[in-house]
Order: sequence, then structure tokens, then C-alpha cells
Amino acid sequence: MNRAKRFEVIRMVFAILIALLISFIIIFFVSEEPVNAIVQLVTGPFKSKRNLANVFESMIPLVFTGTGVCIMFSANQINLAGEGAFHVGGLIAAVAALKIALPAGVSPVVCLLLAAVAGAILTAIPAILKIRTEASELVSSLMINYVALWFSTFILMQFICDPATGSASYSIPDAASLPSLMRGTRIHSGIFIALLVAVLGYLFLYKTKIGYQLRIVGENEEYARYSGISIVKVILVSQLLGGFIAGLGGGVELLSPIYDRFSWTASLGYGWDAIIICTLAKKNPLYTPFAALFLAYLRTGASIMSRATDVSFEIVQITQAVIILFVVAEQFLSRYKHKMIAREAKEALKEEEAS
Amino acid sequence: MKIYSNGVVANEDVSLDLKKGEIHALLGENGAGKSTLMKVLFGIESPDQGKILLKGQETAIKSPQDAIAKGIGMVHQHFMLVPSLSVAENIILGVAPVKGIFIDKKRAVQEARDIAEKYNFHIDVTARVEEIPVGVKQKVEILKALYRGAEILILDEPTAVLTPQETGELFVQLKKLKENGHTVIFISHKLDEIKEICDRATIMRNGRSMGTYQVAGMSTDEMSRLMVGREVVLKFEKKPAERRQTLMQVRDLTVHNSQGVLKVDHLSFDVKGGEILGIAGVEGNGQSELVEVMTGLNQNYQGTVRVANTDIRKKSIKEIRNRSLAHIPEDRMKSGCAGTLNILENLFSNQYERKEFSGRMFLKSREMQKKAKEWIAQYRVKCSSYKQKVGMLSGGNIQKVIVAREFSTNPSIIIANQPTRGIDVGASELIRRRLLEFRDAGCAVILISADLNEVLSLSDRLAVMYKGQFAGIFTDAEQVAEDLLGQYMLGIKKDEKLEGAIYESCETL
Repeated sequence: MNRAKRFEVIRMVFAILIALLISFIIIFFVSEEPVNAIVQLVTGPFKSKRNLANVFESMIPLVFTGTGVCIMFSANQINLAGEGAFHVGGLIAAVAALKIALPAGVSPVVCLLLAAVAGAILTAIPAILKIRTEASELVSSLMINYVALWFSTFILMQFICDPATGSASYSIPDAASLPSLMRGTRIHSGIFIALLVAVLGYLFLYKTKIGYQLRIVGENEEYARYSGISIVKVILVSQLLGGFIAGLGGGVELLSPIYDRFSWTASLGYGWDAIIICTLAKKNPLYTPFAALFLAYLRTGASIMSRATDVSFEIVQITQAVIILFVVAEQFLSRYKHKMIAREAKEALKEEEAS
Repeated sequence: MKIYSNGVVANEDVSLDLKKGEIHALLGENGAGKSTLMKVLFGIESPDQGKILLKGQETAIKSPQDAIAKGIGMVHQHFMLVPSLSVAENIILGVAPVKGIFIDKKRAVQEARDIAEKYNFHIDVTARVEEIPVGVKQKVEILKALYRGAEILILDEPTAVLTPQETGELFVQLKKLKENGHTVIFISHKLDEIKEICDRATIMRNGRSMGTYQVAGMSTDEMSRLMVGREVVLKFEKKPAERRQTLMQVRDLTVHNSQGVLKVDHLSFDVKGGEILGIAGVEGNGQSELVEVMTGLNQNYQGTVRVANTDIRKKSIKEIRNRSLAHIPEDRMKSGCAGTLNILENLFSNQYERKEFSGRMFLKSREMQKKAKEWIAQYRVKCSSYKQKVGMLSGGNIQKVIVAREFSTNPSIIIANQPTRGIDVGASELIRRRLLEFRDAGCAVILISADLNEVLSLSDRLAVMYKGQFAGIFTDAEQVAEDLLGQYMLGIKKDEKLEGAIYESCETL
């Protein structure tokens, strides 16, 4: 077991190194000042307190959607509506903050709960369709993201739009906002909620009865059925919970100091990034903060690089793609793994003979 | 030498030599390394050490295509045929005679017919593979290999799926192949078959070769001792059955499969606590469908099934299992376990809700670990720890995990569907002994098995299933001859009036 884990870590590190190497080569080809660009990409986030804070700010939403996807994918429910759930979560948090006047301590809690419930409702639709009609959740959840996007835009324009801005809501009242933790940065208390969600997600999946059922269904549905586990329950619970967490993330993001108003009229993409996080974290919520931190670091670096040099931000997409490719490629380094295993097996044989 | 990716040394310093024109048996328990050795010869796996000499020349076999080109053919345990194509099309597949860019169908049929005639295989080459019986499918596989010019033919447990009659036919053909100068490698667990047709036998144990022997000068007892390293008791000491209350009642059960084909036809029987009802029969005669209904996996049936005095219609699988029913499934990888989860996680899927193992929300990890260790020791599961993934274990050890899980709930009804198929003698013996122990403790056991030796030696009553019905039922299973059983299995014999399936005393329905 240890051997397998060690190998996974080695593999991950190699995947990241190769991906970075390829990105560097491309930078050398396209840039007038490649060395400067690479330095900015790699060390940029450490240059100032603000830059470093940016890393943590952009990590927060990734932890939420990543954990949600980990839970749904662990049950082998390939529900991609995390994107829509995050979006709707943001919308509902904004609507609640604007329409329901509550005291400072209570308001964010209510707004966030409503946001989470909205997210859960959205991801539950593909789940119910699957249970009722056997429609693949992959297709219906993919499509429902568009419904979520345009529904949010409609609500924004119809009910909460500030005429002074044209395409954004009224300013979110301070009573509903999540406070910033450090002056001069936008790191907010949402980071604690994010970390808590990751830990609770782990406990849920690996320590509870329902989490156990969920993982059995995820690994072999036929076996789960034979064992007497209710598949319908797992389909529903996993997707409800996944949407709940993504919706909560959307709410947290919107109430954070990053946004003053609800102005999301285009897809933000955190739901898609969640799949990257889930892949890097090997479907274990406990690892999502690390995966999210890594991705956030890479993106912040790329953003700094694109501002300081002639290399565009999109280079980071290539890096991401290559990493994912190597992580999911089963055969990558398999020869090395085999040698490692063969060596250990031979040693074990010798020991056996000696004793 | 071959080491697998799970760190298992499957073959260690194994040597094997083959002579032209012999039938060479490869004998060993499951996990002994027979299949691995053959995979190396057929180019599916590459060796970590050692060399292969073919006709005195050192060669490397890189892929199955390469093996075929060098005159090595293999018939797998699970047939590799395209069901919707005809026999001829299957034989020529990949090496078809062509006319321009099209396959020359006429020549294909002719060539297939020629090769079938040459080796005296009487089969209709225009029949579609999905419509022919298992025994014929196997012939098609052999012809496929011969058509590609195989001189060395590897047969991986060829008799596992055959009836005694079909086995006999296969042996006649193998002997003919031998006379024609072909070499056959015959992999099997069945010692009497090896005695019957093989010239020499190489016996493997634990990845090592125990030597090559002349079969003629060797008894089956000697073979089994070399194979498992201890004397295996093939006969079981059985106490007379002490029958108790009826635990399973099936009345007038009729099941159609999803295509509407009648699979179980007005079947009625009882099983009492303290006895083993064996159900023999060629696969596909309704056994799987019967088991699916009895265990709650299929709710779509006519008739009545009562488990421990409760009608199971509209009852969930969980409710049926809670009436202390245990089920060893036919296909262990498909429905018996999750290969990607570890041993512990596979040991509790049917009982994690018991008070000892969980509270309202959380699992009690410590108790589970303690029990897992206990069961691994009790059932002698060969593994590094309970954290090892089940998919990394050998077939016999996976089956032990499943059996440990099912038996640990202290069941009063056990439905064992092919419980020892494809696993080694040691594990089989362990499982059979446990079944007898449960029977002695008052458990009702239904044993569905294609292994005649097994059903004959374990059952108290024995039914033969043919086309969804019981073709015959024997109340004293030990007195039945294998030949007679074979005739019932093939539908040659059929009792019009069944006696002994139902206990009169419980005609209360």
C-alpha cells in the first residue's frame, strides 16, 4: 500500500515537472524575454503580499467545487452541474442579501444556506431524471448549466439590477458580507468554511455509513445492489450533496470582498476546474485544498507573467492539460513501477529463502 | 520468471519442455502460475527473466500475433468469438481470403469446411456462433487456431464448461491432433482427465515447477500431493442430515428473461434447514434466473417464493438478506466484490449496519479492522494486509473474501452459486467444509454447481436442471452415477413425475 502511494506521489511530481518543462519550452518559442517570463510565472506569487493573497483568494472557490465533484464522482455520478450550482449559489446569495434584511451575524449564514440549497436543487434535477427515466446525468447536467446561466441573468436583469450599472446588481449590504481577514488583502473568512467543507467531505465519504454505500456504488454498482444497498438513495444523496457544496461555494464567493455586486453574466468555470481538482486529489476531499492551492498558484503566476511580459495567460491552460494527461495516463511510468516492484519482490524472495 | 504489477512472483525459475506430438498437462492450483506461464508463451505477458527455445532456436514472443506466426495457438477459458458471425467467418477472421477489397465468402466457407474435415470436426460452418452449444464453440476455437497454422495448441481449462459427453468427444479429437503431430498443452485441475489423455504432466505449485512426470506411472493421489503439498480429501466425512423446518419454499415459479425467453418453467421445491440441495445442470438452463429470484435481484416472476416463511414478493434485497440469507454469486468480479476497494471495504457491504460495526452515522473503524483481521486469518486469505485492493488478489483468495463476508453474518439460508468455480483445490476444500459445517448447524444450503464431483459429494438431495425444469431429482445424492447425471443434464433422460422436490408435510400454501 505504501509502495503504491509513494509511486502515485512520484508520478504526480513527474507529471507536474514535465508539464512545466513543456510550458517553458513554449515560452522560449513565443516570448522576446523568456527568462523574465518564467521567473515571473514561478516566483511572481511570492513577490508581494498582495500577490500571495491572490493565490489564497482564488483557491477558495476551487476547494468548494472540487469537494462537491469528489463526492459525486466517488459515487460514479458524473454530474457536471457543479458549474451551474456554483453560479446559482452566487445569484441566490445575492438575492437573499438584497431582499432579506437581517442583522450582521445572521445574514451571511442565511444567505449561504439558501445558496447551498439552490445549488442542491440544481444538481438534483439530473439525479431525479436519472432515477425516473434513466437519462444519463452526464448529458442532462451538462445542458442544465446553460439553464442555470441564463436563468441567473434573467433574475439579475429582472429583479436586482442596479440601473446605474446596467448589468450588475445593487451593492451587497455590509451586513451580509464575509469580512476580510487581513488588511490590504481580500482573503476572507470563507477560507475556514472551505477547509471545514474539505474535512467534513472526507469524513462523510470515508467514515460514515452513507459514504461507504456511496463508494461501493461508485466502484461497482452491481455489487452494491447485490449487497442490498439502495442505488436510488446513493444517486440522489451524492448529487444533492455535491450541488449543496458547490452552491455554498458560489455563495461564499459572492459575499466575499472580491465582489461588491452580483455581475456574473458569463460562466466562471469553477465547476470545470473542479474536475481538475478532483483528478489531482484522487477523489479524496482531504486533498482538494492542496490541489486547489497548486492550481491557484499556477494561475496567479500566469496572471502576473501576462501583465509583466508578452506571454499570455492562456499558457497555463497548456500546463494544466499536460498535467491531467499524465495523471490519468495509466501507462505513464508503468515500466519504472514494474522495475520497482520486481526489485522488491526479488528481495522478498531472497529473504524468504534466507529464513 | 514473471513478476506481476502487484508484486506477486507468478513464475519463479520455471522450466517446461514440450515434445512434438504429445499432450502435455499443466497441473496446479489456482494462483500456481499456470496461466501466467501460458500467457508468456502466447506473448500476452513478457518474462522478467529466462528464455524460450522454439525448435532449438532462441526466440522472443512479443505479442499474440507473433505467437500465432510462430505456430502457437491458444484456446482461452472464455471464448473469443464473435457471436453474431458464422462459424466460418469466425475461423477466417483476420486472415480472410480476399477478392479485391472484399472477403471471398465462398472460399472462406470452403476453407473452413476443409479444415474441419481434415481434423474430423463435424460442424456446420454456416451456423451462427450464438446459436451453437458451448461444446461446438470450443471446437470452433480449436479450428481457429489450427487454421492459423498452430503446431502447439494451448487449451486453458477446456473441460470446465463441458458436459461429460462433450468432454469425451473433445478427448477423441485431441488424440487425433496428437497423431497428426500437433503438440497440445492441456491445463486442468481435474486429475482423472489428465490421467485419461495426457502423456506427461508438469506440476506447478506456488509459482514453481514441481517437476515433469510420465502420467502413466503416476497415481492421482501422487499428483494431488505434488499439487497442493498435502493429501487432499476428495471424499467428505458426512453425518446423516438432520432435517429441521422448511426455510425455502418455491412454488410454480416461472421466469422470463429480458428478451421474453422462458428460463424457469413452473418450478417447485422445498429446502429444509440442515440439508444441502444440490442443483446440477449445464449452464444456461435457468440456474442463474432461479438464483436471481430467490435473492431478490429479480422481482419480475410468476409464482411464489417464501424465504423463512415470508413471501419475498415486493421485498427489497436488503429485507431478504435481513432474513439471514447469504448469497455467493456466480460471477465474483461482476457482482461479488469491488476490485478497486480494499479487502476491509469488501468485507462489510452486507453488514456494516449491524450495531457492532456502526452507530447512527459513523462506521466503527476499529471494530471493523479487528474483525477483518480475524476473518482473513480464519479463511486463510493470502494478502499483505486488509488494506490490499481485492482486485490484486488471486481468484481463490477473492472468493475467500466473499465467502468470509457472506458466512460471517451467521446465515440460516445459503445460496451458493458455483462457489468453487475456477479456484484452487485448497480454497475449494475450505469452502466445501464450511458449507457442510453450516448444514450440520441447521442451515439450509442450496448449492448450484457445474462441478459434478462437488454436487455429488456434498448434496443430500440432488436436482438436475434442464430447460428451466427439474429433469430429475435424487433423494440420495451419493448413489448417483456421473454418467446417469450427464444424461439428465443433456435432456436425454427426463422424469415425468418428480418425487422428493416438495415435502408433503409443508403443503400449507
